[in-house]
Amino acid sequence: MGIVPVLIALVVLIIYFEVRSSVFLKPDNITNLFVQAIIFIFLGMAEVWLLLLGEIDLSLGWMAGLSGSIAAIYTNIQFGWPWWLAFLAALVVCTAIGGLWGLIVVKLNLPSFIVTLAGSFILEGVLLYILDRVFEGGGAPIQSSELTNLTVGNLTPTWTWIFVIAVIAVSAAVMIFRERSRRAAGLEVPPFYRIVVKLVALTAVSVALAWLFNTNRGAFIKIEGMPFAVPMVFGVLGIYSFILARTKFGRYMYAIGGNREAARRAGIPVNRYRVYAFMLGGFTAGIAGLFYVSRLGGYSSSSTDPSLVLYAVAAAVIGGTSLYGGRGKMTYPVVGGIILAVINNGLVLIQITSTMVYVITGVVLLGAITVDSLARKSQTLLK
Amino acid sequence: MSESATGEPVNAGAVADSDMGVDPSMLLSLRGVTKHFGAVQALRQVDLDVPAGQVTALVGDNGAGKSTLIKAVAGIWEPSSGTMYWQGKKIDIHTPKEAALLGIATVYQDLALCDNLDIVANMYLGFESTKKHVLDEITMEKRTQQTLKDLSVTTVHSVRQLVASLSGGQRQSVAVARAVMRDAKLVIMDEPTAALGVSQTAQVLALIKTLASRGIGVLVISHNLNDVFEVADRVAVMYLGTLVSSGPVANYTMSSTVELITTGVVSRAA
Repeated sequence: MGIVPVLIALVVLIIYFEVRSSVFLKPDNITNLFVQAIIFIFLGMAEVWLLLLGEIDLSLGWMAGLSGSIAAIYTNIQFGWPWWLAFLAALVVCTAIGGLWGLIVVKLNLPSFIVTLAGSFILEGVLLYILDRVFEGGGAPIQSSELTNLTVGNLTPTWTWIFVIAVIAVSAAVMIFRERSRRAAGLEVPPFYRIVVKLVALTAVSVALAWLFNTNRGAFIKIEGMPFAVPMVFGVLGIYSFILARTKFGRYMYAIGGNREAARRAGIPVNRYRVYAFMLGGFTAGIAGLFYVSRLGGYSSSSTDPSLVLYAVAAAVIGGTSLYGGRGKMTYPVVGGIILAVINNGLVLIQITSTMVYVITGVVLLGAITVDSLARKSQTLLK
Repeated sequence: MSESATGEPVNAGAVADSDMGVDPSMLLSLRGVTKHFGAVQALRQVDLDVPAGQVTALVGDNGAGKSTLIKAVAGIWEPSSGTMYWQGKKIDIHTPKEAALLGIATVYQDLALCDNLDIVANMYLGFESTKKHVLDEITMEKRTQQTLKDLSVTTVHSVRQLVASLSGGQRQSVAVARAVMRDAKLVIMDEPTAALGVSQTAQVLALIKTLASRGIGVLVISHNLNDVFEVADRVAVMYLGTLVSSGPVANYTMSSTVELITTGVVSRAA
């Protein structure tokens, strides 16, 4: 089963919105939707690190805000830091805050729910204080083109195709290599048609997207190409998935989430890994924050959005990550984030009021958890 | 001295002869092992021999000290006094890790498996093989298959199944196979059949016999005397912290064992 039911839900949603609103699948809207989704995706990935261990971090939304503000403030004329230094500072601060929550949870043996709830209040206060003090009630407008380009910049159409073809080629190579080496070792291999089906689906979706992205979507000037943000998500997704599926570090994350006592008896330093999870959550929320501020064009005390953290949890859980620990993949928040973006974007297009958007998002989240607990019984961990 | 020369179970008494030399052919020998928690005397002068290649059943009522004893051997806590010998050499076990390094593996009732991981991942948990920091799944999968095959565990369809999908007997098998794969010389099992149905129990008992036939010493705690008499080569009975009797299973009958468990003595020869 895996992620299939969630993908079916996504397709149903897309068809529904396309039927109700003819502009839904237009290139400019799809691009917009992807950029919207990217913030949810990164927040969801951040939360997956914690959910895998049966922990949660409710301060990730404010951490993202803090990261975005730091990046915006220090690339501003007043400070004039190079963009990479400001980005790095933002990510380091978020990682450190995550680590701090982790240490409090582990050392004082407190539930992460309460620690990070308290943390989210603290961060909110600190963030508002910084924004009000530094720019006297104004906030931090973006003055760095690198920060803007995170969500506005595009690859050229040629590079879009190169990227898409590279992704397909690398996926095919990895799948076939893995199949070959299992066969050579005399181990059971899944039927070959599965690889073919996966590759055909991947190719169809990516070529369709590349074509959409490469269609001119500008009204006055030509705008085309895949947003920078898309390959960046793929990059982070690739690294995180590799860590989780192919390294001891990832294996221990699953083990701790599955049975903490068993992990401890197997000699895994459980508490250290729990702190790592909080740090990775903070780091990833920091990345989300850079994209968030880039999309907003700046960060002020009025642009803070308390519902951001709920989207982090929602993206992870709608994709199929278990709230009880031990089950989840980094691809889940990608699908979850896209579903959230489709709902948000589609409901606006068919002119549903914003209050209803909240209600419907909530209903989808509730449905996702229900479907998840009823239908999902994956038989193998390693596909 | 706890074994009767006449082939009858004897009351070993509370005082053991700690000066007596140990038989170096024994895998594990305990002499005068005592443990108290504050004023509570949990183990009194326990002498126990566990040979390699045989199944020793440790029986006794609740609170008789069986778990306290195996936890001392597993390194969970140190005995207050007494000596342990491993293959004839005096040893001290301070931590579970030291026990594991000697080759003592304990399979507790909860089995310590991760339901969300597959059999291979559970077998290798904490000891994964890697190639350049990447998990070497192929090596681990082959070795897992081989270990299960060696132990005649044939009911598992795929070693890539999640442990959550396994039956109680299969889970027990995985936990034992994990110990065997790490070259355990002594496998201690705490109530391995307690939660199992008939066919599952048969599976686990067969596995215990296989272990012994491969030269591994097995120490099994059990409440179920049917199982004990089916699988054990030797029996050791505990009563209120004292090892009251031990010896080859032929020296015991069901009724004499029950009497030893409940009263600590046998009124007549069995």
